[in-house]
Amino acid sequence: MTRFVARRLAGSLLVLLGVSVITFALARVIPSNAAAMYIGPKARPDDIARVTHQLGLDQPLPVQYLTYLRDVLRGDWGTSIGTKRPVLDEILGRLPATLELIAVAMLIAIPLGILLGVLSARWRGRAPDLLVRIASIVGVSMPAFWLALLLQIVFFRQLDLLPLTGRLDADLRFTAPIHEVTGFFLVDSVLGGNFTAFGDALRHLVLPAVTLAAYPIGLIARMTRSSMLEVLAQDYIRTARAFGLRDRLVVYRLALRNALLPVLTVLGLTLAYTLIGTFFVEIVFNWPGLGTFTVRSLLNVDYPAVMGVTLFAASAYVLINLVVDLGQAWLDPRIRLA
Amino acid sequence: MPGAPLTSPAGPVDVEGSRDRWRRVLLADPLALAGLAIIGTLVVAAILGPLIAPYPEQGQGSTNVPERMLPPSALHLLGTDQLGRDVLSRIIIGARPAFGVAILVVGLAILIGVPLGAIAGYRRGRIDAVIMRATDLTLAFPPLLLAMAIVAALGPGLEHAALALAIAWWPWYTRLARASAISLRERPFIEAARSIGLADSRIIFGHIVPNSISPIIVQATIDVGTVILAAGSLAFIGLGARAPEADWGLMVAEGRTVILDQWWIPTFPGLAIFIVVLGFNLVGDALRDLLDPRGGR
Repeated sequence: MTRFVARRLAGSLLVLLGVSVITFALARVIPSNAAAMYIGPKARPDDIARVTHQLGLDQPLPVQYLTYLRDVLRGDWGTSIGTKRPVLDEILGRLPATLELIAVAMLIAIPLGILLGVLSARWRGRAPDLLVRIASIVGVSMPAFWLALLLQIVFFRQLDLLPLTGRLDADLRFTAPIHEVTGFFLVDSVLGGNFTAFGDALRHLVLPAVTLAAYPIGLIARMTRSSMLEVLAQDYIRTARAFGLRDRLVVYRLALRNALLPVLTVLGLTLAYTLIGTFFVEIVFNWPGLGTFTVRSLLNVDYPAVMGVTLFAASAYVLINLVVDLGQAWLDPRIRLA
Repeated sequence: MPGAPLTSPAGPVDVEGSRDRWRRVLLADPLALAGLAIIGTLVVAAILGPLIAPYPEQGQGSTNVPERMLPPSALHLLGTDQLGRDVLSRIIIGARPAFGVAILVVGLAILIGVPLGAIAGYRRGRIDAVIMRATDLTLAFPPLLLAMAIVAALGPGLEHAALALAIAWWPWYTRLARASAISLRERPFIEAARSIGLADSRIIFGHIVPNSISPIIVQATIDVGTVILAAGSLAFIGLGARAPEADWGLMVAEGRTVILDQWWIPTFPGLAIFIVVLGFNLVGDALRDLLDPRGGR
């Protein structure tokens, strides 16, 4: 196991290094005038000359890359053109809002997806199976940004049940302010015993979280179904049934446990999807997270910010994949010994 | 999204001999049939768009401000937008760029990915290692993120979005072609070709690639829907087509500001994306089950 972990860790580090090269190339090599890009659309010639020197753009590319890598490792990710603040601060400051959204979405998607997949496998070929099959295809076909708009029309405009955008009601800042500890409003409000704010934060989370969960529910349900079908066809399941064990026991205790391993792989992928999916969801719900920041930076060609977010998200993705791999190896010796 | 297992290759399978089985299964499955009907409608709209749209000139951008923001009616079945353009016409006209971009992206991804995969799988050794590292690296970025960053570097626009998506997509085809090539290279007809002294390039492009084309075509069919969704998402955040183009994702973005009062303006173009992607996924789902002997229904 130690050797496996070491090998995977080394592999991930190499990939991260490659990711940093690509990010660097995107920002410094592709644009015809990187310095002008770096300053933004209103660059003046003397600014360009100054920034060209500041960024070391007058130096050979390998030197530029090494400087970039050194700065990144030191925690200097540049300054956002849009907000004039350090990129890393911007990213870390907005991360809790995004993570809270992703966490709630996954809390909806994982149990629901697994449940639907199990039901589908258990009633294979019957009505529930068909319904789940349709639902999961609908879930993965729906553009997240469009689903978000539909939910806004129905639950804000028609039913007036849930708020349109944002993380909290504006006046709550005065009536029941949240004392920020973790940046997760649900956690912070409970820690402070502020249940008004908890309720409000929860109400604001429902629509974006449901939107974000739609695709993962479909993916997880599909994966669980096919994995369950495979396990249910195994000899030991037939033996269990032959011994007269109750169907419920066979399906939920014996089969599900073994069927969940492949589902773990898809969970990593799902998490990666939500990481990007949240960009589109946040934009529609005006969610003050990493997604709105990324999209704004992309549109304003805020180069330092774009580089920072790309590197950050890609690193997170590599890390998720690493954790999934290690988790699988831990659960299944066949993988780590292969 | 690229890379989702929903669109993941089922590995090389000899499907040539089972064409009848394909037809039987596709036509017997009502969901797949519905998917085929949707794809057929899309293709017709993409080809005949200007001929069947009720107000073709508005679909192509000309405005009609006096009739702006009209709700759906007999005259304008899906209403009009902020510039008085007929939403239905713009959706029909928008089929061509939507389908065109998807074909372009998948085509480019195949052109880049398949030769690389075939070379890697047939030659193995160092060149295989290099190509596989390159695919791993491209796939190390979360789906769509690499495409977004590339569009940002190149500047927004439909062509740039297409190029960016293709750059992010080719590794899937490399993996698919490589897997086929690995299983094909041991087959007798390839060994025969080698023993009569055919050059590697002739073997790869004359024998390996043509014989691994079936799973690639299946994957491409599935990917067209996924690419339409991805391109629509890019357009929605402003990294794809630009006004006044009749692009579905862009139309949703343009209508977003009036969502609470003129709901039809963003709703119907988004519905078009959803239905088309659904169509490809329904067909893809059936095709995948055919390719994957384990997952049969």
